[in-house]
This record gives sequence, structure tokens and C-alpha cells, in this order.
Amino acid sequence: MSATDVLVVADHRRGELRPVSYELLTVGRDLADAMGGDLHAAVVGGDVDRFAEKLDCEGVDAIHTVAEGDEFNHDVTVAAVTALFDTLDPGAVVMPNSVNGLDYAPAVATRLSLPLVTDAVAIDYDDGPTVTREMYGSKVETAIEVTSEPVALTIRGGEWAAAEGVGDADIEPFAVDIDESSIRSTVRGFEEVGAGDVDISEAEFIVSVGRGIEEEENLELIEELAGALDATLASSRPIVDSGWLPKNRQVGQSGKAVTPKVYLAIGISGAVQHVAGMKGADTIIAINTDPDAPIFDIADYGVVDDLFEVVPELIEQFE
Amino acid sequence: MKILVTVKEVAEVADDFEIEGRSIPETYLEYDLNEWDDYAVEAAVRIAEDREDEDVEVVAATIGPERSEETIRMALAKGVDRAVRVWDDALAEADVLDPTTTARILAAVAEEEAPDLVLSGVQAADDGFGATGVALADLLDMGWAAVVNDLELTDGDASVRRELEGGVEELTTVPCPAVLTIQTGINEPRYASLRGIRQAQRKELAVHTLADIGLDPSLVDDDLTLAGMAKPESESDATLFEGSAEETAAELATVLRDAGVGAE
Ligand SMILES: Cc1cc2nc3c(=O)[nH]c(=O)nc-3n(C[C@H](O)[C@H](O)[C@H](O)COP(=O)(O)OP(=O)(O)OC[C@H]3O[C@@H](n4cnc5c(N)ncnc54)[C@H](O)[C@@H]3O)c2cc1C
Repeated sequence: MSATDVLVVADHRRGELRPVSYELLTVGRDLADAMGGDLHAAVVGGDVDRFAEKLDCEGVDAIHTVAEGDEFNHDVTVAAVTALFDTLDPGAVVMPNSVNGLDYAPAVATRLSLPLVTDAVAIDYDDGPTVTREMYGSKVETAIEVTSEPVALTIRGGEWAAAEGVGDADIEPFAVDIDESSIRSTVRGFEEVGAGDVDISEAEFIVSVGRGIEEEENLELIEELAGALDATLASSRPIVDSGWLPKNRQVGQSGKAVTPKVYLAIGISGAVQHVAGMKGADTIIAINTDPDAPIFDIADYGVVDDLFEVVPELIEQFE
Repeated sequence: MKILVTVKEVAEVADDFEIEGRSIPETYLEYDLNEWDDYAVEAAVRIAEDREDEDVEVVAATIGPERSEETIRMALAKGVDRAVRVWDDALAEADVLDPTTTARILAAVAEEEAPDLVLSGVQAADDGFGATGVALADLLDMGWAAVVNDLELTDGDASVRRELEGGVEELTTVPCPAVLTIQTGINEPRYASLRGIRQAQRKELAVHTLADIGLDPSLVDDDLTLAGMAKPESESDATLFEGSAEETAAELATVLRDAGVGAE
């Protein structure tokens, strides 16, 4: 009968639950309501008792703590989640589409032989789940119907509200028998990268450039604009990947989050991992040749035109 | 040593495109090697080049129609030794594949090849499932690491950096054989040389159906169905300036000055 229950798996790193954990509780509650079951949350590794207290938000029925290891290890997580799944027998397991989610969720699906839909931005339920996700760098939205249950899903961070309130979930330790030989990966530590002379997260005005700049030589044009505007130069990932700017200039999920008064995005499509780092800007301005570029969905002002035409004119305006 | 690289030809939609029913007509699509796979190919070819005294073979595996051979030849031109392409009427008819189904097909190829290392891209630029590599590892009962932006092979181990969120990297070791999903920035992919392109024409590109690799074509009838495709409702309330570059730049300048930019 518990095939109507939903199991969600929290995400944490270096002693902190990550925001997506609370969003998972919201997704899980909605889905459990639609399916007519209970919401179970799991947290694996780290300070599980403290995490469990924090996860005890309104609407959570049970929290299962697996005290194995201090930090995320995908082998441990897969073993714990699959064992919990076997015990609870829920109708859905929902995991984060975070970097760690990418590192364990597909293995949970294969090991349990569940259909898998990743990076959900919306989930409807009517006889079964229909998952909305994006394709072609957010230019197309698809609805994927899952025709068999139980199902494994991962959700995109930032798309659901965080769960709030204080609940009265049963918090129970869950013991997993982990076969040492199944632990193949060893996490040796963490390292911060991208420090340097400039801290773009402190900048008030940011001129940011993306792959639309085409060639390294053309960066000069954007540097000139940043100079004329007295703004800080930043970029999307491909510019850093190409070695044209140092890592500390990268805005986004794996780069830095910025919150300037003005963010001027030049030749940047607005991929979700980029937007994750700059959506908090007060005013977003985009210059892009593609009218369907997702950056225009979050921009306040925009010009659909060739940056090589507009930027020189803009420099002139400030000289 | 043998390295298997999974590669995919991905479609990119044109700046102006339409959706007809549940697909995008061919005229609006352009095809290219998946960006993340390009970095994986480069990583594999560099391992082979760095180990001159060892016999390292790099094999590319792809699932794709005949058209995709053009893209796969690019991988061959960059130094991949040979390629395997899987295609089938059943695949041609599928509108969406569960990423674990994709992984099952690639696993059948990998079982045949018995590689010491498998490299995949973190995700495909078109469908963005981001799940194939790790699913493949689990099916093959290999170790794995996802979102790898640095790789060193020593004594049968892969020492990697995993790029986490917010400028933090995780240092992890996993024993080989392993599957690593490769993130952009790990290297600088080379351009195919003219000589490479010529040589690629003579390299082996084997084509198999699902039955050829011991799979039942009904595998493709998985539990996912494409129920709809649409351009996202634009929530945009952006003010778009129109006119000549001079005019739009003047409008932008006003917005910028109002926000305090350029003020002394
Ligand atoms: C795990 C993971 C983490 C990631 N982390 C980050 C991150 O932290 N930051 C990040 O940025 N990305 C990140 N990415 C990559 C991200 O998915 C995109 O690939 C990237 O943001 C694209 O950068 P872009 O917009 O510069 O390039 P593209 O997407 O190629 O866009 C270029 C844009 O320029 C426009 N253009 C082209 N020519 C012109 C012209 N002459 N004038 C005007 N416009 C023009 C095009 O229309 C297009 O919209 C990550 C990806 C993954 C999988």
C-alpha cells in the first residue's frame, strides 16, 4: 500500500544542508498529496541528527537518518537510498539535480530498475507523473509522461519554494549494511578555486561576456566597455574554459554568484547554470542576436542585435 | 590499454525556429559533436599520446543515424582510433529515451570492448539528461566519478577533481576500470587537422543494430513518452529597444546612467 509514498533525498555539503533540500520537501509533499501517500525524507552522512531537525518542516511524515561518513560519497548514498527504497517501497524517489545528484541518482535508478527523468522544472500527477523539463539550452520545453511506477526523478534547484514551518515527523535512524568492497570511490578533500585579485561577487556594476564574442582578440572591445562604464568584467563559462579569462571571473553555478546593481550580459545565452549565478542582480540588461535566447526571459532591458554593432556605439556614449 | 569514449551528435536549434507537433522540423536544426563529449575525446586522445611506450587504443561509441557519421568522423579526425555506431529502426521511431536505456545500449558495446577506462560528457547539449555516464558505470559494475574537470591516471587509479557548485572542487580517487563524466574546461579540445580529416576517412566505423549487440529492440519501448513540446511561455517583461545600433546604444546608455553607471 505504501506505493503511494514519496521518498526525497536531502543534499548537504561541508556541514550545511543545501537549499535544494527544502525544495525537495515541497516537491515531495505535492507529489505525495497527488499520489495519496506520506512524505519520507532521507539524509545520508554528516551531522544527520542536526540535519533531521532542520528537515522537519511542515508536511514531512518521516525522516530517515543514515549515519555513514562525514561527507557525500556516492557509493554510500546509492547503497543507503536503495536499501531505504526496498524497505519503504515508495511510488517515487526524488533527488536533487545538483552535482552530487548527478553523481548518484542515475545509479539509484539503474540498481532499482526505475524509469528516470532528470532536471525536472515542474511535475504534474494524474494517474502517473508527467514531468516538464527543458531541451536545447532552455529554448524548448517538453512534457515527459512516465508510464510505469515507481519512478526516479531529479529536480532542478531554484524552481520550487522551500518548505517551511515546523513539523512533527518521526525521526528514525536507518541502519544500512554497507559492504566495504562496494565502496570504490574515496573522497580525499575539497579545494576552493577561483580566488584572485578581483572579487566579482562584490562588484556594483558588471559587464559580462559570453561565447558570442567569438575570438579572444575581441575581448578587448568588452574590456574597453567595462573601462568606459567603470564596471567589473565577468564572463560565462566558455570564456574561462578557453583560458581567455581567469576562473575568478566566471559567473554561475560552478563559478561565483553575483548581486550587482547592473548586470550587462553580452553574447550570453542565459543557460540555467549561468543564470543561477546572476539572477539576483537588480537590473539585468542583455545584448544578443537571438530573440529566443533564454537570457531575455530574465532581462529587464534588452537589445536584439549584433554585439559588434552595439558595443562600440555604447562605448562612444560614455566617452 | 583501451579507452572507450561515448559521443553524441547533438542538434542545436536555429535562432528562429518552429515546433510542429512534438518535434522541430529538420530545417531548423543544425548538428554538431556534443560540447562535453568533445572534451572527453580530447582527454582520451591525450592519454594515448602521453603513453607512447604503451599501446593505447581509443574507441568511440555512439547511438545515432547515418547522418551522425559526419560528426563521429570528426572524433576520428581528432585521434580516436575507431568507432562503433549503433542504430536501429526501433531507435529511429523512439521520441524520447530513458537515459538508462541509452546506458543499456552503450553498456552492451562496452561489454564487447572491455575498456580500462570510459569517458563520457557530463551531459548532452540537446536533451540535457546528464545521467548516461553514471548509469553506464553502474550497469557495468565499474567505479565512477561525475563532473570531472581534472584527471590523473596512476597505478590503476583515476585521481580526479569533481567540480561542485560555487567554486569548490572535490578531490576523489576511483580505481579503474571506471567511468568518468567529463566537464568542459578540463582541457582545450583540438581542431581536426586536414591530415586528420583525411585519415579519418580510412578508419573503421562499425555499424550495429540492437540485435547485433545482443539486445532486444523492445528495450527501446521504455516507460517514458514524449507528451508535449513547446516554446516556454516567455515570462519576459523586458523592455526591448529597437532601431539602429546607435539608437539602441543611446537607450541603453540612458538606462545605465539612471542606474548610476558612469556617474563620477
Ligand atoms: C555542471 C555544469 C556547471 C556549469 N556551470 C556554469 C557556470 O558556472 N557558469 C556558466 O556560465 N556556465 C556554466 N555551465 C555551462 C552552461 O551550461 C552553458 O554552456 C554556458 O553558460 C554557455 O555560455 P554562453 O552563454 O557564453 O554561450 P552560448 O550558450 O553558446 O551562448 C552564446 C550566445 O551569444 C549569442 N551571440 C552569438 N553571436 C553574437 C553576436 N555577434 N552578438 C550578440 N550575441 C551573439 C548567441 O545568440 C548565444 O545566445 C555549466 C554546465 C554544467 C553542465
